[in-house]
Amino acid sequence: MANYSTNEFKGGLKIMIDGEPCSILENEVVKPGKGQAFNRVKIRKLISGKVLEKTFKSGESVEGADVMDTDLAYLYTDGEFWHFMNNETFEQIAADEKALGDSVKWLVENDVCTITLWNGSPIAVTPPNFVELEITETDPGLKGDTAGTGGKPATLSTGAVVRVPLFVQIGEVIKVDTRSGEYVSRVK
Amino acid sequence: MSHSASGGASDIVWAPSASIDTLRQRAAVLAKIRAFFAAREVLEVETPSLAQASVTDVHLATFSTTFVGPGHASGTPLYLQTSPEFAMKRLLAAGSGAIYQIGKAFRNEESGRHHNPEFTMLEWYRPGFDEFALMAEVNDLMQAILGCPEAESLSYQQAFITHLGLDPLSASMDELRQLASQRGHGHIAEQEQHRDTLLQLLFCMEIEPLIGQQAPCFVYYFPASQAALAQLNAEDPRVAGRFELYYRGMELANGFNELTDEVEQSARFDEDNALRAAMGLAPVAKDPRFLAALAQGLPACAGVALGVDRLVMLATGKTQLKEVIAFDVDRA
Repeated sequence: MANYSTNEFKGGLKIMIDGEPCSILENEVVKPGKGQAFNRVKIRKLISGKVLEKTFKSGESVEGADVMDTDLAYLYTDGEFWHFMNNETFEQIAADEKALGDSVKWLVENDVCTITLWNGSPIAVTPPNFVELEITETDPGLKGDTAGTGGKPATLSTGAVVRVPLFVQIGEVIKVDTRSGEYVSRVK
Repeated sequence: MSHSASGGASDIVWAPSASIDTLRQRAAVLAKIRAFFAAREVLEVETPSLAQASVTDVHLATFSTTFVGPGHASGTPLYLQTSPEFAMKRLLAAGSGAIYQIGKAFRNEESGRHHNPEFTMLEWYRPGFDEFALMAEVNDLMQAILGCPEAESLSYQQAFITHLGLDPLSASMDELRQLASQRGHGHIAEQEQHRDTLLQLLFCMEIEPLIGQQAPCFVYYFPASQAALAQLNAEDPRVAGRFELYYRGMELANGFNELTDEVEQSARFDEDNALRAAMGLAPVAKDPRFLAALAQGLPACAGVALGVDRLVMLATGKTQLKEVIAFDVDRA
C-alpha cells in the first residue's frame, strides 16, 4: 500500500494508525511563523469507530490503508454472521458482530448497506440513511396528539428503540433516520 | 486529472474567495493602519518582493525564479521574500528612522485555514524602542483596529509553568518527551531529537489554544534557541528579546529587540545552515548585503511583523483566511 505525506492529507483519506485502518475526518496545518509545522488531524478508527485527534510533523509519511467501500444487499443472519450480497455479481460476504456494531439494529432484508472492507474483510457496515421498520412494542398513546410534544419510546422489530409521537401504534411501520436514530414519519 | 479540458468553463471557479463587502472592510482596515502610522510619523516604505538573497531559517521555504535580462544574460536567481526584514534593516542602517511597510510576503509549503502561500504582512521598525516599548505600540494598534481589550502578557516560561506545570528553560529532553506523550503526542515525542521541536509542539498544541481568548496575549522572552533575529537578554541569556502576539487562536505578530551585531548574526546563519544540513535541506547563502549593512551599523531598534490577513479576519469575524483575500491560491 502506498505511503501518504502530510501534504496529501484530506478528509476521507484512509491511513494506518497504531495498526488500525483510519479515515481522516479533518486535517488542519498548524504552522508557527518561526518554527516547525504540524498537522492536527481528526480521525475515525474504522474498526472501533472511535474518533480521536492525532498530531503529525508536517512532511512526515504515513502508511495508507487498503480500505474500500462496497454496496451490498442484506440477506439474513445465521446468528453468528450477517450475510450480504452484491446484487450484480451475486457474490456474498459475511460480516461478524464486531463489524456490524450498532448497525445491527437497522438491518432490513434487501436494504443496500455500505460494507467497508479492509484487506478484503468487512470491518464496518453502514445502513442506508433511512430505514422502514415495524413497531413491535409501545404504550398506547392519546388520540389527537401531534408530533413534537415529547413522544414515547417504541421498540422496533430489530430491537431498536426510538422516540415516536404519541399517536403512533404497535404494528405500524415507521421511517427512521439511522444517522441520528430519530423518527421521521409513518409509512402508509 | 484534467477533465476541465473537456468539462468546459463550468468547472472553472472565477469568483473571488472573499465577498466584495469583506474587501471593503479590508480596505478600511488598511486605511486605519496607514492613518495610525502617519499620526506617529512612521515612514511608509516599499522594498523588493524579489531579491537576490533568501533566508536560512530552517522552517521557511522560499519560492525562487530566474531573472534574464540586460546584464543578466545567463540568468540570475531571484527569491520571493518571506518577509521584508533584511531590506528594511538596510534602510534603517542608511538612516531612515522609524519605518513601516505593508506588502506581500511569500512562503512555500504553507496553505490552510490560516495560511496562504502569498499573504499580506505589516512590518515596522522603531529605533530606540526595546521589545516592551514595541509591544505597547502593537497593543495600541490592536485597539485602534479591533477595539479589543488591553492585551495581556506573560513570559514564555510563565506560559509553560502556568499551563503545563513545566519550566521550558530547565526541563530535560526526557521530561519534555514524557509531557508530550501524556498529552497524546507520543508518536512525535518518542522519535524527536530537537528540543525546540518538542517545545513548539507543546506550545502550539497545548498552550496556544488556551491563551489570548478574551484579550490579545503577548508571550515574550522566547528561549535563546528560538531567538531567530532577536538579541539575547543581557541579564538572562537563556532567553531572547523576542515576543509573539496571540489572539483568538491565531498567531498574529512576531517581534524582536533586533540583533545588531554582524558577527553574531553571521554565526546564527551558519547555525541555521548546519541544522539544514542535518535535516537534509539545501543550505542557503547568507545575504551579503544585509550583513554588510549590519557591519556598517544598525541602530538599536525593535521590529515586528504582523499578519494583515489574520487581522482582517478578526476585524470581520471570518474564520478562514481565504474569506478575507480576493483570491486564495486555489483560485489565483
